[in-house]
Amino acid sequence: MSTTIERDVSTTTEGHKEHPQRKWQDYFSFSTDHKVIGIQYLTTAFLFYFIGGALAEVMRTELATPDPDFIQPEFYNQTMTMHGTIMLFLWIIPAGAAFANFLIPLMIGTEDMAFPRLNAVAFWMIPPGGILLLSSFFNGAPQAGWTSYPPLSLVSGKSGEEIWILSILILGTSSIFGAMNFATTILLMRMPDMDIHSMPLFCWSMLATSGLVLLGTPVLAAALILLSLDLIAGTAFFNPAGGGDPVLYQHMFWFYSHPAVYIMVLPFFGIISEVLPVHARKPIFGYRAIAYSSLAISFLGLIVWAHHMFSSGTPGWLRMFFMATTMVIAVPTGIKVFSWCATLWGGKLSLNSALLFGVGFLSSFLIGGLSGVMLASVPFDIHVHDTYFIVGHFHYVLFGGSVFGLFAGVYHWFPKMTGRMLNETWGQIHFVMTFIGFNITFLPMHQLGLQGMNRRIALYDPQFETLNMVCTIGSYILALSTLPFIINVVWSWLKGKKAPRNPWHALTLEWQTASPPIIENFEEEPVMWAGPYDYGIDTESIDGDEDVEDMLAAVTAEGK
Amino acid sequence: MQSSTVDSKSQIAIASEQEAAEHHEHPDLRMIGVYVFLLADSMTFLGFFSALLIYRAIIPVWPPEGTPELELLIPILNTSILVASSFVMHRGQTALKNNDIKGLQTWFAITAVMGALFLSGQAYEYFHAEFGLTTNLFASCFYVLTGFHGLHVMTGVLLILSVLWRSREEGHYTSGSHFGVEAAEIYWHFVDVIWLVLFVLVYVIN
Repeated sequence: MSTTIERDVSTTTEGHKEHPQRKWQDYFSFSTDHKVIGIQYLTTAFLFYFIGGALAEVMRTELATPDPDFIQPEFYNQTMTMHGTIMLFLWIIPAGAAFANFLIPLMIGTEDMAFPRLNAVAFWMIPPGGILLLSSFFNGAPQAGWTSYPPLSLVSGKSGEEIWILSILILGTSSIFGAMNFATTILLMRMPDMDIHSMPLFCWSMLATSGLVLLGTPVLAAALILLSLDLIAGTAFFNPAGGGDPVLYQHMFWFYSHPAVYIMVLPFFGIISEVLPVHARKPIFGYRAIAYSSLAISFLGLIVWAHHMFSSGTPGWLRMFFMATTMVIAVPTGIKVFSWCATLWGGKLSLNSALLFGVGFLSSFLIGGLSGVMLASVPFDIHVHDTYFIVGHFHYVLFGGSVFGLFAGVYHWFPKMTGRMLNETWGQIHFVMTFIGFNITFLPMHQLGLQGMNRRIALYDPQFETLNMVCTIGSYILALSTLPFIINVVWSWLKGKKAPRNPWHALTLEWQTASPPIIENFEEEPVMWAGPYDYGIDTESIDGDEDVEDMLAAVTAEGK
Repeated sequence: MQSSTVDSKSQIAIASEQEAAEHHEHPDLRMIGVYVFLLADSMTFLGFFSALLIYRAIIPVWPPEGTPELELLIPILNTSILVASSFVMHRGQTALKNNDIKGLQTWFAITAVMGALFLSGQAYEYFHAEFGLTTNLFASCFYVLTGFHGLHVMTGVLLILSVLWRSREEGHYTSGSHFGVEAAEIYWHFVDVIWLVLFVLVYVIN
């Protein structure tokens, strides 16, 4: 990573003239400012997170006892379907897009996205899509699970299912528009000094994510169009009664939805790669290894989909192929995990909320990743297929991975987004409650699965009652853990300590501008006077009298 | 010609430098956006095509028994119209690059007519086909593939018409700046290529 100093940062003090500020109305408008759009995405995603979370609590309350005594089994199916759909398509994916929108132009030193209007269109498709999905509750919500496998999805309520399909088509289109923007912006709008190997790793991970969105989502759209015709026009593409093939739907669905797992986790890999070096005060370990392993994960992610279908009559040779490719994916993922551990190793860790969530991410994602390797092996997968082991596994990936990474990002960039510091104590309370609640909720599910408890049912064998009660208690802790977070965010946003321009002494470009950044991001051309992760390295390699720490101190002081 | 563009570029550069170092011209990456979008769109077709190919591979009798032979005359005519229209359209852009707006309008209008002819041929085929959407799996695939492609042709015709509409205003498209013209043309070529694949998969190999 090259270190070039071209301009003395401390000479920028004349930038005191008043910059126009965003009004609160802007956040409810069709704004083309990437920062406004980023915050719109994030708050919308959080709203849906609370809705999806409430649905999860309804399910866990039902599952506290073996009998379906709290809600009707039919309503349980609806709750389960909506919980999955909301959490994936309206929480994790938009939250990833939120960070991408807010950060990419700042990180690469440009003023906005490549296609600002398309960007606003992409965001404004999310609220209608989400409201449409929620409206299905008035009309019999879909019951076929977030996978909507036919023939079940064809016989379990027409209107709910059709609403589900339309809503996913809207959200999918939004996500394609977003990805077009991210990829073009990252590849073609970097500031002149920044070559592709000196851009922050978050940009690499969004590049990999965008590739998957562009290649995968349209295939899901094709599958859903065919499913929709089966549902309302009487064709039989996936309906065995008319000679169709339900397994084909599974292939087309998972061709998108397996890569979707990486669409949901890669942005947060990027966030972790940003958060860890800053708070450990060390250069990231293996920049290129992390960057290229994102691309490797994307590529491999496209050729592993049938591991979801080992029990769908997949022929033996195909099983072998998909088992092998799935296990190979553990290699680039392992490279990342080892690189993050090596980054932490021997660092001057400041154990604040952002880093705690980062470390929480590492440990929980490790468990989710390892159980993923277990599931890749065909015999084991067939044994635990459709059991709670799967539920435990993917919650360790999606909650332990994505959501912990997301909170790490929120704690890290909140000062930049709002100009206010979050309260550290409440942040740590939030972390401890989330981490404990999360593990109590999802760890016992592995054992339940191994003992044979089926997923997606409201009624279960009484022998599983104790562990289910434990899971339910854990889920209540998890629900409570959002309270300190909400209080902290609302209070800090209104009354928190003013954030300086660079509270973490970070080197990426977004910290070179005001907090919150001014409307076109930078008062003057940002300067890359160090690589994005040159923390605590030998300062003699930087010419001149100033070292990085001094300059950071100068930037920090100036923002006060 | 060459020197004048250089001049205007340097003038812009000077002007913007004077204006303020704060605001920059937003780079025009719209064509890249079109290409990226078409990449994604082609994946939708890939999804439909693979569905058709998988049915072909796994269903014992394909097309299913009782599927009537497809009439080939109109599709072949349609194919030649669509392929020819791509060349016609390209002449439009070439004309524009020589500052010939009339030429652009003429060639694009011919392209739009050819597109409309294609769509009418398609409609004729639909009305005279001996099977409906739900007759059997092959029939369903036939209608979905040609229908989805037909929607793309229709979009293409609308794009061409909007280019024609905008070209009435003098100076809207110039030899140096004509994103709309270029985008419509690339889209049209894309639809054309998809049709060739579709024609082979639906009409030729069955």
